[in-house]
Amino acid sequence: MGTNVKRALIVVLALLCLTSQIVAQDAGEPETGTPDVAAVELGPIQKILQENSELILESSRRTIQPAIDAVANSGLEAAPSVLSTWAAREMYQRLSDGLFFAAEETGDDIFTLTDFDTGETVGEVSDDDLDQVKPNSGIRGLIATALVRFQLNDPDPDTRREALQSLERNANADLLEPLRESIVLEDDPEIKARKERLEKLITISYGSDPEVRIAAIEAMSGDLGVDVRAALNPLLTTRLRAFEGAVPESANVAEILRPGSEELSREEAYALVGGEPLLTDAQLRGALADNIVDGAVAGIPVAALSDPARRVDAYEALEDAGAVPQGATQADVDAALEGVTFAAVFDQPNPAITEAAQEALTGIETRVGFFQIFDVSLDALSLASIYFLAAIGLAITFGVMGVINMAHGEFIMMGAYTGYVVQQVIPNHTASILVAIPLAFAVTFAAGVLLERLVIRWLYNRPLETLLATFGISIALQQLAKNIFGTQARPLTSPDWLGGAVVINDVVSIATVRIGIFVLALVFLGVFLFIMKRTRLGLETRAVTQNPGMAGAMGINPGRVNMLTFGLGSGIAGIAGVAIGLYAQVTSELGQAYIVQSFMTVVVGGVGNIWGTLLGAGLIGILQKGIEWFNPSNTLAAQTYMIIFIIIFIQFRPRGIIALKGRAAGD
Amino acid sequence: MSQLLEVSGISVTFDGFRAINNLSFNIGPAELRAIIGPNGAGKTTFMDIVTGKTRPDEGKVLWGDMSRNLVGLNEARIAQEGIGRKFQKPTVFEDQTVEENLMMALQNNRNAFSVMFWKPADVDMTRVAELAAEIGLANDLRRKSGELSHGQKQWLEIGMLLAQEPKLLLVDEPAAGMTPEERAKTTDILVEAAKTRAVVVVEHDMEFVRRLGCKVTVLHEGSVLAEGSLDHVTANQEVIDVYLGR
Amino acid sequence: MQRSFLMKNPSVMIFLAVLAVFTVLVTVGSEAFGAGFISTSFVKTLGKTLCLALIAVAMDLVWGYAGILSLGHFAFFGLGGYMIGMWLMYERTKEIVVSSLSQGSIPPTDQEIVDGIGSQIFGVVGSSEFPVIWAFADSLFLQLVLVVAVPGLLALVFGWLAFRSRVTGVYLSILTQAMTLALSLYLFQNDSGLRGNNGLSGLQNLPGVTASQDDVSMWFFWGSALALALGYIFAAWIVAGKFGSVIRGIRDNEARVRFLGYSVEGYKLFLFTVTAMIAGVAGALYYPQAGIINPAEIAPIASIYLAVWVAIGGRGRLYGAVIGAVLVSLVSTFFTGGQAPDIDLGFYKVQWVDWWTILLGLSFVLVTLFAPQGIGGLFDLVSGRKHPDRHGADLGPDKGSLQEEEAER
Repeated sequence: MGTNVKRALIVVLALLCLTSQIVAQDAGEPETGTPDVAAVELGPIQKILQENSELILESSRRTIQPAIDAVANSGLEAAPSVLSTWAAREMYQRLSDGLFFAAEETGDDIFTLTDFDTGETVGEVSDDDLDQVKPNSGIRGLIATALVRFQLNDPDPDTRREALQSLERNANADLLEPLRESIVLEDDPEIKARKERLEKLITISYGSDPEVRIAAIEAMSGDLGVDVRAALNPLLTTRLRAFEGAVPESANVAEILRPGSEELSREEAYALVGGEPLLTDAQLRGALADNIVDGAVAGIPVAALSDPARRVDAYEALEDAGAVPQGATQADVDAALEGVTFAAVFDQPNPAITEAAQEALTGIETRVGFFQIFDVSLDALSLASIYFLAAIGLAITFGVMGVINMAHGEFIMMGAYTGYVVQQVIPNHTASILVAIPLAFAVTFAAGVLLERLVIRWLYNRPLETLLATFGISIALQQLAKNIFGTQARPLTSPDWLGGAVVINDVVSIATVRIGIFVLALVFLGVFLFIMKRTRLGLETRAVTQNPGMAGAMGINPGRVNMLTFGLGSGIAGIAGVAIGLYAQVTSELGQAYIVQSFMTVVVGGVGNIWGTLLGAGLIGILQKGIEWFNPSNTLAAQTYMIIFIIIFIQFRPRGIIALKGRAAGD
Repeated sequence: MSQLLEVSGISVTFDGFRAINNLSFNIGPAELRAIIGPNGAGKTTFMDIVTGKTRPDEGKVLWGDMSRNLVGLNEARIAQEGIGRKFQKPTVFEDQTVEENLMMALQNNRNAFSVMFWKPADVDMTRVAELAAEIGLANDLRRKSGELSHGQKQWLEIGMLLAQEPKLLLVDEPAAGMTPEERAKTTDILVEAAKTRAVVVVEHDMEFVRRLGCKVTVLHEGSVLAEGSLDHVTANQEVIDVYLGR
Repeated sequence: MQRSFLMKNPSVMIFLAVLAVFTVLVTVGSEAFGAGFISTSFVKTLGKTLCLALIAVAMDLVWGYAGILSLGHFAFFGLGGYMIGMWLMYERTKEIVVSSLSQGSIPPTDQEIVDGIGSQIFGVVGSSEFPVIWAFADSLFLQLVLVVAVPGLLALVFGWLAFRSRVTGVYLSILTQAMTLALSLYLFQNDSGLRGNNGLSGLQNLPGVTASQDDVSMWFFWGSALALALGYIFAAWIVAGKFGSVIRGIRDNEARVRFLGYSVEGYKLFLFTVTAMIAGVAGALYYPQAGIINPAEIAPIASIYLAVWVAIGGRGRLYGAVIGAVLVSLVSTFFTGGQAPDIDLGFYKVQWVDWWTILLGLSFVLVTLFAPQGIGGLFDLVSGRKHPDRHGADLGPDKGSLQEEEAER
């Protein structure tokens, strides 16, 4: 009754206002300056706000919904801006007339008011005259939900995308309807596809109709997205439950478990059934210790209690005497577990849904597995190209010249440090890398020539001694680098265009720098082949390698050729160092990490053949990544097994994958 | 006549090059035989196959009274069967004395443990002295073999072969780089050795072969071209073509 | 001809005499049994050095005599250390666990003791269960057997694989290095069962022994000296006879030895395995003196250093290996231990801790280039040991006994 009276009053008041405005307008001479606010006719949205003013001001999560709905369902253009202003706590009520405005503080305690209906500034007011509407977070959530509908249908595609993004983050059942409605209206095919996908995901999680959910699950079963799996997995959560006798029909059983099995220990099962607490060894020991009387527990001497069986005897005796609480023994546990069925039961009661979800997940996992293999292959390829880069210089010095250079790894390190130093001088990453590559080649080329002239040329035909002498160089260079650059890792930053990753789908992605290294490896292969097959140096190198005496007789200076070839191999190691430094940390031990693998690469591939080196790098890369894939937690073990595999491999192909054949190979 | 070594139908290919082509060859228990042939005729490969260094693609190498197939055995086993081989270059252990070299070659148990506990008995000392006398190094027993002259090294190597007491001796170009006197002595040693065992000599030098005065086998392109006395084979038109026609 | 082995080899007599005098001197100077001018920690250093000399002798056998440049012998050394370390750590921890459990009013069960030891030892790697490889850790005898059996078996299997496929020269070196790397990487894992990179520690404490470290260090010193003496005699005996002839022959010309009817692979395998066992024994004596063993000790670099010692000392002669190991390791200790005074160049201060490795590396290059005979070569000047005039430079063990000029003929 009272409300009716109130309504009547409001209507009358409104009418009065209207008439007064009409009157004012009719007067034709509105006063200039601040318009008389009270005189402004209430816009449609303001009207709705006023109608719900009490609810809005009460600002309680429990009661606010009708007010939000009233605004959201008003069909008015201003509705979304009201909602967003409201949620952003920028809606104020003017105390003088109770109207709501969007307000912004523009001066010291001075707020500029904007009318919701017209979007026009209506004036400045001191904050004494304003009351902020303060929706709590719960209300803001409700408002946001209401807003989504508008955003989903917003003419600006970016807004729609943003709305979808926020929906993906906090999906809930209430959004399902607005989302479905917006799909029909969507004209952008890309956004439409996203909306449809999201609709299915939300249906999977929150849909009310099982049929529809199952249909959604089936529709998504080919999708590799992590979000699909994230939506499916909660449907399959289980809880461990114990049933007297058989499992009731109503339970959606995932698996029947047997106590004492791997999934369900007897202790866990017993804990589910409940009963006297199971005695742990520690409790048993404590209870006995508390009941020592004259060096004995229940008549059993303490010294004898090192025998577990006697401890139980003693405890049972104490139980009988009532000195300790009843403790469950293994026999008690057996009795308690008798006739009880244990099962993992799905939280989701509908078996059709869980079944569909399980099926979909299995399907997805198979596909994910397939793509993972692809991903591992990519990884293997990239590792192989790193090994190839590290080994190609060695393929020249060791493979072609037969010189064992244990300092090869240190040349790689020198190249990496050259890159680091260049980056200190030239801050632009792209430019510095472009400078670093030729400079690294120059530095290590010079070092290689120096090493060849000073040490190696005296030791040709004495491979073991070359090995040891270059090892001396290796430890000296390593320590020198430590003295100069310290022991901490130095960064070699790749330029931005090498920084990201190429993402193929949620499973397969590869860092751009690795693609760069792969390309570099290909370039090197080409350069190597070109130098060896098409240049004078290559010809002379092959001549000197095959028959130094004859080459000398034909006017080739073997000393010079050896020097240049060794320098070339070393220089390539330097460039490899820059490449490796881009993705690994530069330390004085950088080279050490690669030297054994590099030698393995050359030996496995077949000495003296660049294609062999390529195959060797491929084999080692694939092996290492493959083994890592089976046991991802343990890269150390992967390396161990890889080396063991190589040792066995050499049994069957002692001369590598591509072996030189013929009588010459026998000597 | 029973054969000591019977090589039948062996072939071996290196990278498409047929080094030995369906070669068959026999030698009796106490026979001296010379093998001649131009470069690349497969002489050394033939020795490699018999001694187990190279495995033939097909064919059999039958050995001894039991006609045991040697294909597939390793070098050490074949050497223990009684086939000794002398390389083209003198290969003696230069860092060790003549005596040590000969001791190592003496026919004894080759097993690592028995070698470790082995001590030279008087018999062994006598045998070493005998051999040293035979190869003309009686006064050089204590010298490091690296100090010997080229010819002496060749003899020492032959001495080591004799110490092995082989039933078959394969000798690759023993006279290369020797003075005429040394050649004469080498001929004597070989002829003497062939009285008790089979000796196969690979040689280029016709004069040396003539002095051996034995049956000659001519190899060409991996198979036997001619066989018979030296005069017989040198009269053979094909042999003349092969040697001179290139 | 039937003179005794020692009489025929005066260098062995001299070596044994020097070793005996040295041992007596250290004993007289030790804190435990003598005047005390040699500190216990230095006694340990000397004892460890003797163990290094022993493995250097083994290395010399396999490299200097047989020409197999193994870069894996320090792995065998480390394995020996691990084997004895397992017993030491188990028994030592058992003592501690038993004494702490017996503080309680109820005597512990056997299971409680084992569990206690397990959680003590494997707590650092987040486990408390005993891995299978610790099955014999409670038996000193069995672990001592394993000290030789484990390195021996590994060497046997690896050597069999490597030698039968006729991997020789630098290929074999690289392969042994790979084996060493694989082993050390394996041991670095926490679930290797040997405490990952923590390694085994507290090995200096002998279980059931209450004597002070002063005494214990002397016992180990004597043990090391005895092992070195026995190892040296064994090695000298092995190389003096026909066996030595054969293995030197293998070094100089493998094929010739093969055609003489010796099974080259068998000899190599035998020598490789035996020296691995000697290395295991040396390691088992070394690590109780060092107190700790971890996988870093096994890294390939250690084995390369071993080759460096032998090369600097002079390979192909046993005393050379001993001299190299003793000299280089003691000098290294001196320089890297911070005892060497820094050199102030005015513009730069040379700190030996930083620069010693560089000096060692370079001096190693110089020795390889200019003094292939190593320090041992100096003795030839004194004894007038003659080398044959061999025209031209040595081509190394790989190319057989041929010399440069001969090879070109």
